[in-house]
Amino acid sequence: MNEFFIPRLGHVVWESVPRLGAATRLLLGGLGAVGNRHFSFRQWLREVYGLGVLSLALMIVAALFTGMVLGFQGYYALVRFGATSALGTLIALSLLRELGPVLTALLFAGRAGSALTAEIGSMKATEQLAAMEMMAVNPLAWVVAPRLWGGIFAVPILCVIFDLVGIFGGYLVSVPVLGVDGGTFWAQMQSNVTLSGDILNGLLKALCFGLIVTWIAVWQGFSAKPTAEGVGAATTRSVVMASLAVLGLDFILTALLF
Amino acid sequence: MAEENLVEIRGLHFARGEHVVLDGIDLHVPRGAVVAVMGASGGGKTTLLNLVAGSLQGQRGQVLVAGKDTTSLTRAELYRLRQQMGMLFQHSALFTDLSAFENVAFPLRRHFRLPESLLQKLVLMKLEAVGLRGAAQLMPAELSGGMARRVALARAVIMDPLLILYDEPFTGLDPISVGIIASLIRRLNDALGASSILVSHDVKETFAIADYGYILGGGKVIAEGSPDALRSSKSPMAQQFLQGSPEGPVPFHYPAATTFAQDLGLQVNK
Repeated sequence: MNEFFIPRLGHVVWESVPRLGAATRLLLGGLGAVGNRHFSFRQWLREVYGLGVLSLALMIVAALFTGMVLGFQGYYALVRFGATSALGTLIALSLLRELGPVLTALLFAGRAGSALTAEIGSMKATEQLAAMEMMAVNPLAWVVAPRLWGGIFAVPILCVIFDLVGIFGGYLVSVPVLGVDGGTFWAQMQSNVTLSGDILNGLLKALCFGLIVTWIAVWQGFSAKPTAEGVGAATTRSVVMASLAVLGLDFILTALLF
Repeated sequence: MAEENLVEIRGLHFARGEHVVLDGIDLHVPRGAVVAVMGASGGGKTTLLNLVAGSLQGQRGQVLVAGKDTTSLTRAELYRLRQQMGMLFQHSALFTDLSAFENVAFPLRRHFRLPESLLQKLVLMKLEAVGLRGAAQLMPAELSGGMARRVALARAVIMDPLLILYDEPFTGLDPISVGIIASLIRRLNDALGASSILVSHDVKETFAIADYGYILGGGKVIAEGSPDALRSSKSPMAQQFLQGSPEGPVPFHYPAATTFAQDLGLQVNK
C-alpha cells in the first residue's frame, strides 16, 4: 500500500503548493488593491448589498429556527437539574460563541460564496476578465478586492443579526411556550454574557470565516476551467472547501480563544 | 524601419509543454495597415494575438509594439501600453451586468475622470460609428450576436488606440453582420489612423479588407503578401487553406498510434 500511497501523497503536495501560493497571491493582491486607482467604493457597496443584504432573509429564517430549537433542547437538558432559569444564558452563549458565526458562515458559503464562484468563473469563461486585462484594468482591483472586502464586511454584520434573531427565537419558545420567566431569561443572560469573552470572540470568528469563505469562493472562480462544466465543478468545490474550512478553522479558533 | 512598423515580431517561439505552437515567427504590421493572420483552427493565431497583447510570453524571440518589447515590460508598463491597444474578442466579452453604453464607457471611466457630458458624447460617437446609438441602453443579453460584436468593437476603439486586435471577428455571424463588421474594421482603422491585426479563417471577408496577410501552418509562416499574392501562393498548404480543400498536406485524420485495422482487431499488432 505504501508504494502507492506515498508517491500519491507526494504528488498531491507537489501539485497543491503552487496552487496555494497562487491563491495566497490572489488574496494578498486583492486585499492590497484597495489603494489601487481602479478600486471602486461603489463597486464594494454593490458587493456588500449582493453578498450581505440579499442574504439577510435566509439568515433571519435560519436564525429564528435555530434559536427556537435551542430553546427546546436547552430546556430539555436544564429542566432535569432545575436550572431552567439559565436557559437564556445557554441560548445566548451557544449562539454568540459558536452557532452564530459558524452557521452564518456556512449559509454564506452556500448562498453568496457559490454565487461569487459562479459569477467569476462565468466572467472567465466568457473572456470578460481577459477583456478587462486588455483594457488595462486590473481584475484584482475591480473584481477581487470589492468582493473580498465585501465578504469580510458582510459576514460579521450578518452574524450579529443571526445572533440577535436567534436569541429572539429562543425567547419565543422559552418564555411564551415553555413558561420560563421572562425577567429571569434576560437577567441571567445579561449577567453571564461578557462583551470581550463572548460577543467579540464570536465576531472575531465571523470575521475570519468571512475572509476564508470569500477567499475560497473568489479563488475557485478565478482558477475554474473556462467551460460550463469547469464553472459547475468550481462552484461545488467552493461550497465544500469553504464549509470544511469554516469547521476546521472554528476548531482552531475555539481552541485558541477558549 | 522600426518607425514604419507598429508591430515587429522576430523569431517568436511559443510552446505549451511539448507542443510547439509557434516556431520562429517573423511578422510585421506597418502603421495604418490592416494585417490579416490566417490559418487553420488551432494553428496558433489567437496565441499570436495574445503574445502581441502581452497576455502570453514566448520562450524565444521578440514582440515589439510601438518600439516596446512586450516580453520585458513590467505589469504597469504593459498596462500603459495596453491603453494604446484595443481588442475585439471572438465572443465579444461584453460585461453582462452593464448596458451597451456602460460597456463602451468602461475604459474611459476607469482611466480618466471626464465630465459626464463629455463622456456621453464620446461614447455616443463610437456607438453611432457602429450604428448602435439607438441600442445604447440595451443589456448584452438583449443584443443579437452581430450587435454585441459591434458594441464590443465600439468599446475596443473608445480610447482611439494605435493598434486594434481582432480575434475571429466574423465567427458565428450572419452574412449581413459579417459584411457590416468587415466594413467597420476597415473604416475604423482608417478613420483612427490605427493599425490592425485581424486573426481570421474567413478568407473572402478578410482578403476584402486586408492590406497584407500571413498564413500560418505547422507553427510557421507558410505564405505572406498582399491578398493577390497570397491567392497565387505556390505553397500547397496555403492553397489547401485558401481553397478549403479536404485533400492536401494538412491531414484530415488526427495522428493515431495504431492503424484503423489494428484498432478493429483485423491486423495483429507488431
